[in-house]
Amino acid sequence: MKYVPTIGIECHVQLCTKTKLFSEVDNDARGKEPNSCVSPVDYALPGMLPRLNGEAVRLAILAGRAMNCEINSYSRFDRKHYFYPDSPKGYQITQFYHPIIGVGYVELPSGTKVRIEHAHLEGDAGKLTHFDGYSLVDLNRVDTPLIEIVSMPDIHSAKDAHDYCKELWRLMRYAGVTYGDLYNGNMRFDVNTSLAPEGSDKLGTRTEVKNLNSFRSVERAVEYEIARQTKVLESGEKVVQQTLGWSDATGKTSPQRSKEVAADYRYMPEPDLPPIRLSREFIETESAKLPLMPASYRAKFGSVIPTDTLEILLDYPELMSRLGEIAPHAISLVSNLFTSVLLAEEKSAEYLNDLPTAAELSELAEMNEKKELSSTATKEVFLRLFDPQMKGRGARQIAKELGLIQENNLGALEKIVDVVLAKPETKKAQDDFRNGEEKVIGFLVGQVMKESHGKANPSAVQEILRKKLA
Amino acid sequence: MKIANKTVTATRLVKDALEKAKHFADYNIFTFIDEEGALKKAAEIDDKIARGEKVGRLAGVPYALKDNFMSTRGDTTASAHILEGCASPITATAVERLENEGAIMIGRTNLDAFAHGSSTENSYYGPTLNAYDKTRVAGGSSGGSAAAVALDIVEFATGTDTGGSIRQPASFNGVYGLKPTYGAVSRYGVVAMASSLDCIGFFTKTPEDMDLLMSVASGRDPKDLTTLPDFYNTNPQLGDSRPVASRPSLRGSAAQSAPVVAEGLESPKLRIGIIKDFDNDVVDAEIRETLKDKCELLKSKGYEIVELEMPSLKYALAVYYIIQPAEVASNLSRYDGVRYGFRSEKSGDLDSLYGNTRSEGFMPENKRRIMIGNFVLSSGFFDAYFLKAAKARTMIADEYKKAFEKCDFILTPVSPSPAFKLGEKVNDPVAMYLEDLMSVSLNLAGVPGLAIPAGRNKAGLPIGLQLVAPRRQDKALIEFAKELQDE
Repeated sequence: MKYVPTIGIECHVQLCTKTKLFSEVDNDARGKEPNSCVSPVDYALPGMLPRLNGEAVRLAILAGRAMNCEINSYSRFDRKHYFYPDSPKGYQITQFYHPIIGVGYVELPSGTKVRIEHAHLEGDAGKLTHFDGYSLVDLNRVDTPLIEIVSMPDIHSAKDAHDYCKELWRLMRYAGVTYGDLYNGNMRFDVNTSLAPEGSDKLGTRTEVKNLNSFRSVERAVEYEIARQTKVLESGEKVVQQTLGWSDATGKTSPQRSKEVAADYRYMPEPDLPPIRLSREFIETESAKLPLMPASYRAKFGSVIPTDTLEILLDYPELMSRLGEIAPHAISLVSNLFTSVLLAEEKSAEYLNDLPTAAELSELAEMNEKKELSSTATKEVFLRLFDPQMKGRGARQIAKELGLIQENNLGALEKIVDVVLAKPETKKAQDDFRNGEEKVIGFLVGQVMKESHGKANPSAVQEILRKKLA
Repeated sequence: MKIANKTVTATRLVKDALEKAKHFADYNIFTFIDEEGALKKAAEIDDKIARGEKVGRLAGVPYALKDNFMSTRGDTTASAHILEGCASPITATAVERLENEGAIMIGRTNLDAFAHGSSTENSYYGPTLNAYDKTRVAGGSSGGSAAAVALDIVEFATGTDTGGSIRQPASFNGVYGLKPTYGAVSRYGVVAMASSLDCIGFFTKTPEDMDLLMSVASGRDPKDLTTLPDFYNTNPQLGDSRPVASRPSLRGSAAQSAPVVAEGLESPKLRIGIIKDFDNDVVDAEIRETLKDKCELLKSKGYEIVELEMPSLKYALAVYYIIQPAEVASNLSRYDGVRYGFRSEKSGDLDSLYGNTRSEGFMPENKRRIMIGNFVLSSGFFDAYFLKAAKARTMIADEYKKAFEKCDFILTPVSPSPAFKLGEKVNDPVAMYLEDLMSVSLNLAGVPGLAIPAGRNKAGLPIGLQLVAPRRQDKALIEFAKELQDE
C-alpha cells in the first residue's frame, strides 16, 4: 500500500527585543554569565508582576504580517502550568485561548502554500545543564519573548518540510524580528508527522519530533519518520503517538516520553496582564514598516538573476535590500560578486553588516562594463570596498590608487608593444611564434603587461602583437 | 492620627509604639519588630523637622506592615514556613509610597499563611488574639494588623483583602478596614494570593485617616498593569454623576469646593441599599439588630433606605471558592525550594525536592486550596467549574452595577457573627469559609467595601458593618463613613 505523509510544524522564534517579554532586563544574554540577565520578575520572587514589553507586540505584528496573517485586535495571556526548574514561576505565560496572530500562509519557493493556523506570544524557559548527579539552572533565557508559529498539516514531503522551515527563517529575518541564529536556538522546530493510506480522508497517528534546530535535521528527521512509520504500518503494527528526540549523529529518532497520558497544563487566564487591544490604525502603521519579502524579490529579480543564485542570495536580507537599490544594469554583475566573492570570504558575516553603498556598487559595475576593469580587477576592487583603510573612497578612486584601470588606448599600447619587441630577450620568442609556436604569445603578452605595470588590457595587447608579428 | 512635629517628635511616637508592641506581646501580633530601624528613621525625620525642612504627610507615623508585603526590612514570610528566611531585594510600591511620606514601619504582622484563612489560626507562628477578648480570634487573614490598630499600638496597619481579609478582622476588632476598588492600590511586591481578587488596603481608627492613606498610596503603578489610572484624588463623583459633596447629608470636608445648594430647594436624598438576601438566620441576631438601628438612624438623617434583591449573591461563595483556589494553586507554584525560602532536608532528587519541600512548607489550608484549585483547572473539569464560575462572576458584577442604579451605597453585615472562639472553626473548613459569605462578592465584582465599627454586642465584642460603593467611589465611601461615625 502507498502511504501519504502529512506534516505539521510548530516553530519557536526568539524575538530580538532589547529587554525581556515581562521585565526590563537585557534580553541578549549572548556571551554573558549564567543567571546574570535575570530580574526578580524572571526568577519569580513573591509579589512580582509581569509587565508586557510593547516592542514584542510590535515585532509579533511584523512577524504575523510577514506570513500574510491576520493580526487580532484582541488577544490575551494564559498560564500553562508545569513543574520544572527551567520554569521559575511554575507556569509559562503564553496565549492559549486568544493568540495575537491569526490565520495566514507561507509560500514556498516551489509555489506550494502552507497555511498558518495561528501564532502566539509567550515567554521562553530557562536552560538546564545536566551533570552526573546534579543539574545546573541558567535563567538567562527565561521570558525571552517567543512567537510560536503553528502550521496547518499542509506539508507532504521532507523536502517541503525543509523548505517551509527555511522560508520561515527567511521571513522572520526579513521582518527583522529575530537574529535567526539557528545554532544558538533562536529558531527551533517541532515536527509532527503521520502517514495515511493514499486516498484516505483520515489522518494517521502522528509522532512529534521536538527541538530541531537546523533545516537539514528537519528534513532528515521527517525522512526517517516516514521510513520508520511505513515499516511499522506495513508490518501490520500501529504507530504509537509519542514525542521523539532526534540525533544528528545517529540519524535516528528515539522516544522521549509517552504522550499517551497527555500532560495536563491546567491552563488559566493570566490575571496579572490585561488583554492586548490593538487599533486597526496601529496595526496598519506598524505593518507598513515591513520591508520587501522574499516572494516580492523573486518576482522582481526572477528574470535577471538565475534561480540558483537568487535562492542563495535570498538567505541574506541585507544583500537583497542592497540589490534592490542599485542600478538595474548592475544587478547581474553585483549579484554574482555577492555569491562568488563576498559569500566565499571568511569574514563575510562581518561584511554583511557593513555593505558598500548602492552608488559604489553601481559604479564598480559600470567600470567593468566599459572594460576599464578586468574581471580579476573588478573582484579586487569589490573586496577593497569593504577594506576599512579604503572604505568610502569609491570604486574609481580605489581602482586608480591600485593602478587597476586597464589601458585601452591602442596608440599607447602599440608603443609599449614596440618597446617590448625591441628588447633582445624577446627575440627568440618572436622567432618561435613566427615559426608557428602559438603558445609563446602568452609569454609576450606577459612581458607587455609587465612593461605596462599591469594596466594594459591583455586581449587588446594580444591583438596588437598578432598584427605586428604577422 | 498623630503626625510628628517639633513638640511631638517622631522618636517619641515610635518609642511609644514599640513599648506598646512589647506590652501586648502575648497577643502574638508581630512576626518581626524592627526597633533599631524604626528609631533610626524617626531620628532622621526629627533632624529634618529641627532643620525646618519639609517632611511628608505621614511624618513619623508608626505603622504595622502585614507580613505579606515585600520590603527590604525584615524577612517577608507571609507567616508561611515555606518562605522562612526570604529576604526581599525589593520593596512593595504601597510601602514605598507610605514611607516616602515619612511613615515608619515598626514591625510585620501575623496572618494566616499566604492569607488563607479567616482567623489567623493558619499562621505558621500561631494565632493572633482578639483585641477585646483573648479567648477569641482576631479574625483573618489580616488578624495581626487589625489587633495592632485596635490595641492602639500603631496609628494604622496595612492589609490585603482577597475575600474579606481586611473587613472581617477590622469588624472583629472594632476598627475601620478598607478594601478599595480592585486596582486602586498597586499589588507590586505583595505576596499574591488570588491575583484577580487581591486588594491592598488599610486598618485605621478614623475615616479621616483612611482618606489620608488612600490619597498617599493609591494610583497607577507602571509595575502593576492592573492598577487603575489615578482616580482617588480626582474623582469625587458618584455613579449617578451627582457630586457627593453637593448633597445635603454630606457636607463634610469635601464640601468646601462644592456648589452651594440653594436654600429651600429640594435636593436629592442619598439612597442606601439594604440586601434582603442577607437578612436571615445565618446572620447573628445582634448584628441584624445593629444593621436595623443604623438604618433607622440614617432615615432620621434624611436618607432613603432601598431594599435590594440580589439573587446572584447566593452563588458568590461557591464562585469565590472556585476562582480563588484556582489562582492560589497557580500563584503558589513558584514555591518549590529551588531559589529562595525553605527547602526540605529530604531532597534527594527533583521530585522529592518538590514533594517534600511543599509537603513540609505549606500549611494544611494552603494544601487544601492547591488541591481544589488544580482540580477545577484540570482538563475535563475546567469548563464545568472554572469557566462556569467566571461567567457567574460576571453576573454578580452586573448585579452590583444594577443595584447601584437604585442606590448610592449598600449597607450590609461584614460576617455572620462577631469574633468566634479560638479553635472553634479550625477543624471545620466549610464553617470557616462561611465567614466570607457577605464579603467575597465585593472582590468578585471589584467594588470597594469599608468595614466600620458599629458598637458592641452584649458580650462586649465589637460589631462591624460593611459599606459598599460602586467601583472608583472609594473617596465618596469614606466620606459617607464619616457621616455614620458614632456620636
